[in-house]
Amino acid sequence: MAVTAIFGARVKRREDPRLITGRGRFTDDIRLPGMCYAVFVRSPYAHARVSRVDVSKALKAGALAALTGSDLDGKVGPVPCAWVITNAEIRVPTYRPLAIDKVRYVGDPVAVVVGESPEKAHDYAKLVEVEYEPLPAVVDQEEAMRSGAPQLYDDVPNNVAFTWRLSGGDIEKAFSAADVVVEKRLVNHRLQPAAMETRGIVASYEASSDSITAWITSQNPHIHRFLISAMTGIPEHKIRVIATDVGGGFGSKIHVYGPEAVVTYLAKTLGRPVKWMETRRENFLATIHGRDHIQYVKLAAKKDGTILGLDVRSIANLGAYLSTAAPGIPTWLFGLMLSGPYKIPAIRCEVMGVLTNTAPVDAYRGAGRPEATYLLERMVDILARRLGMDPVEVRRRNFIEKEAFPYQSVTGILYDSGDYLAAFNKALEKIGYAEFRRRQEEARRQGKLLGIGISSYVEICGLGPSRAVRATGFGLGLWESATVRVHPSGKVTVYTGGNPHGQGEETTFAQIAADQLGVPLEDVEVIHGDTGMIPFGMGTYGSRTTPVAGGAIALACKRVIEKGRKIAAHLLEVSEQDVEFRAGVYSVRGLPEKSVKIQQVALASYAAGSRELPEGTEPGLESTAFYDPENFTFPFGTHVCTVEVDPETGMVKILRYVAVDDCGVRINPTIVEGQIHGGVVQGIAQALWEQAIYDNNGNLLTATLSDYAVPTAADVPEIETDETITPSPHNPLGVKGVGETGTIAATPAVVNAVIDALSHLGIEHIDMPLTPARVWRVLRETRKGESAK
Amino acid sequence: MAQKGLVEITVKVNGRVVKRAVEPRKLLVNFIRDDLGLTGTHWGCDTGNCGACTVILNGRSVKSCNVLAVQADGAELLTIEGLASDGKLHPIQEAFWENHALQCGFCTPGFIMQTFWLLKQNPNPSPEEVRKMLAGNLCRCTGYQNIVKAVLDAAAKMRR
Repeated sequence: MAVTAIFGARVKRREDPRLITGRGRFTDDIRLPGMCYAVFVRSPYAHARVSRVDVSKALKAGALAALTGSDLDGKVGPVPCAWVITNAEIRVPTYRPLAIDKVRYVGDPVAVVVGESPEKAHDYAKLVEVEYEPLPAVVDQEEAMRSGAPQLYDDVPNNVAFTWRLSGGDIEKAFSAADVVVEKRLVNHRLQPAAMETRGIVASYEASSDSITAWITSQNPHIHRFLISAMTGIPEHKIRVIATDVGGGFGSKIHVYGPEAVVTYLAKTLGRPVKWMETRRENFLATIHGRDHIQYVKLAAKKDGTILGLDVRSIANLGAYLSTAAPGIPTWLFGLMLSGPYKIPAIRCEVMGVLTNTAPVDAYRGAGRPEATYLLERMVDILARRLGMDPVEVRRRNFIEKEAFPYQSVTGILYDSGDYLAAFNKALEKIGYAEFRRRQEEARRQGKLLGIGISSYVEICGLGPSRAVRATGFGLGLWESATVRVHPSGKVTVYTGGNPHGQGEETTFAQIAADQLGVPLEDVEVIHGDTGMIPFGMGTYGSRTTPVAGGAIALACKRVIEKGRKIAAHLLEVSEQDVEFRAGVYSVRGLPEKSVKIQQVALASYAAGSRELPEGTEPGLESTAFYDPENFTFPFGTHVCTVEVDPETGMVKILRYVAVDDCGVRINPTIVEGQIHGGVVQGIAQALWEQAIYDNNGNLLTATLSDYAVPTAADVPEIETDETITPSPHNPLGVKGVGETGTIAATPAVVNAVIDALSHLGIEHIDMPLTPARVWRVLRETRKGESAK
Repeated sequence: MAQKGLVEITVKVNGRVVKRAVEPRKLLVNFIRDDLGLTGTHWGCDTGNCGACTVILNGRSVKSCNVLAVQADGAELLTIEGLASDGKLHPIQEAFWENHALQCGFCTPGFIMQTFWLLKQNPNPSPEEVRKMLAGNLCRCTGYQNIVKAVLDAAAKMRR
């Protein structure tokens, strides 16, 4: 795709006017006549038998409804797991919307009450009496697998839900041929997505049509509709889900949870609109968490730094229940990417999915790929140190060359396109690598700790070709839908199955359609997030919206143009083959003055008289496309960061951060850079500050924003962005997706920089987050060791 | 007379005087959102950390989740809905739009109101000062970079 005045331009976002004036319509902004409010009663214990739940006092006090798990039995079914992975024997335990006999994490709901106001509903919730018999809890995945550990389920021995395997190449041979084997235990700790808007729903029952309208904080309203229908028995076509303005998701609003289905059921049974919004504490307790792997890694290499093989055993903490996509995240989305940007001839990966008394863990921005990239980039740095090589040289030696694309990885996927070295060189040049090394030497002589960290990545996104994702066990194909409708006046409405919630596709999709159809940008409207208006769509996650939903729009536009060509030929009284289309104008080949505009063609298509429409052509000018991509996309790049570590306090200061990303063609570079800024900051936050922490009894110690360290403007550096552009040959627009690159690349860049600053002291690794306390402790231990010598 | 258990309050909101009877425990943010229907002011945490509920109360920025509605009796209140005048965006709103300072937009009204207040305190801040002065507001989408840019741009526009 060539950059035009519209496609590739830094167009201001059309989402913004409503959002900067307070006129957005988020779920909590919906207020309907007669609306009442639901509050869930949640377990204060991480693991307990529930011997009695008594809601009678709440009802006596005036609760409009008060229900227990038993009340819902047979009425609202269990929360389904939608990614029952292949390559593993998997046990999917029953995940009830309200627990019945047992609770399994702090926050597990046991009852729901409804009141006339939120305050009253909270009062009623306090009147619900629950008798618990506390049981020993287990929060750590390795503890949970030990014999004698508390068992969450009778039918999941040792709390292991699955053991998943993937391998390619001859791993035994790789390790026997190795000059050096680097082994490490790496912890990729648990995070809380912390979207600024918590989860919620407003469900309203319309008796006249016997149907439900539900505003839900959802990244994928059709998936919510489909699964809530399955849980409640309300037919899918009798539910309309609306999720137009959603206050961030980062994965956490992909998933279907119990409360949304329970509130839908309540709206129908009460015949009144019911609203439920999480408190922030509930959001942290019961909305999914991310990451939480313990990885045992072995890397085999030759003396010259050539990587021969990678052997990974990862133990993933899945929390108390298998959430919607949970099994696929630490397995397929992790294992497939273990080759990263490098030629690795042999890879073996085993992942154990373990249930614990903690909140369910599922997709959080990056979802499996940050865990793979962190592992690989840490190991490459450690390998370089062991060999006494510059980490730059080790990476250069192992990169997949640009001539090798499309590249078949040993894990079984086909990388679409890339020039990893070009992005790498650009990043090093931008930060002044050699010069920084000199400064570092100088600083060390003065007792200062400076470090530089590199992270080269490639990720799999644009999820994804349906046949490939179905082969992994994903519940539905990951195609996307689009309807492009040209109205009689020539104005255009685009309906997309993607559901942007901050990513700006109301703007970039208008850019695609305006460019393809050759109409003014302001003549295109983009509609998303309303199942009553758009064809079934798979939603926004996995950096899929631009490549897949964008691809669907391009395809639908192409079909509209083709139909228009028939009509134009009729109007111009020439044969279809003689009609060219360019920039919104159909003209006769060789006779450019003989032409009609697409707007005239649109009007003719609806007028549909014999002079306007050829015999046998249907009236109207629109097309619906279901686009199934032929491959995933593989964005890549290199991030480099420099840090200074305070030797007295262990405090890390980021000096500079350079991000060179290649996400293929950029439709709106401003929006792309915004995605990178935000992702990088989330990635930095994992490296330095954020961590979900449970105590041994399963209490979440980071259940407020006072305790969970989401960074502020004062904490984070300026991000210097740059680009290389390698179009993807596997979709019509050449785009790759950019939503997750920041969280994938940034975390290892920062950790590598901090460890680099400390490497001359003999420090090879510190597990994240690299808080001042943690770094200081390691520094102190190291110094003690030195002085004891 | 207010209904039993309710307290009558009078507040000047975005230039208009309103009288309402409220429960004494009602938070100002809920009063603004539920009683006045001004849903541009958002709620994002229980602990005064996120700043999504920031409004201007008697000329000072407050987190309206940390103020009771009854405390606003007799006060003057400015919310995001009152910032644009005669259909013309305030320079801060313009700057947020022009600099791509928002993504999901949920935290945005809070950032804009905080910026409104901080530029009154310091009309010509440095980038570091902007970062410090915005440290009471959380954004999960933007990484703050374009917010800082927008605030500096707004300051320049307003000095003109």
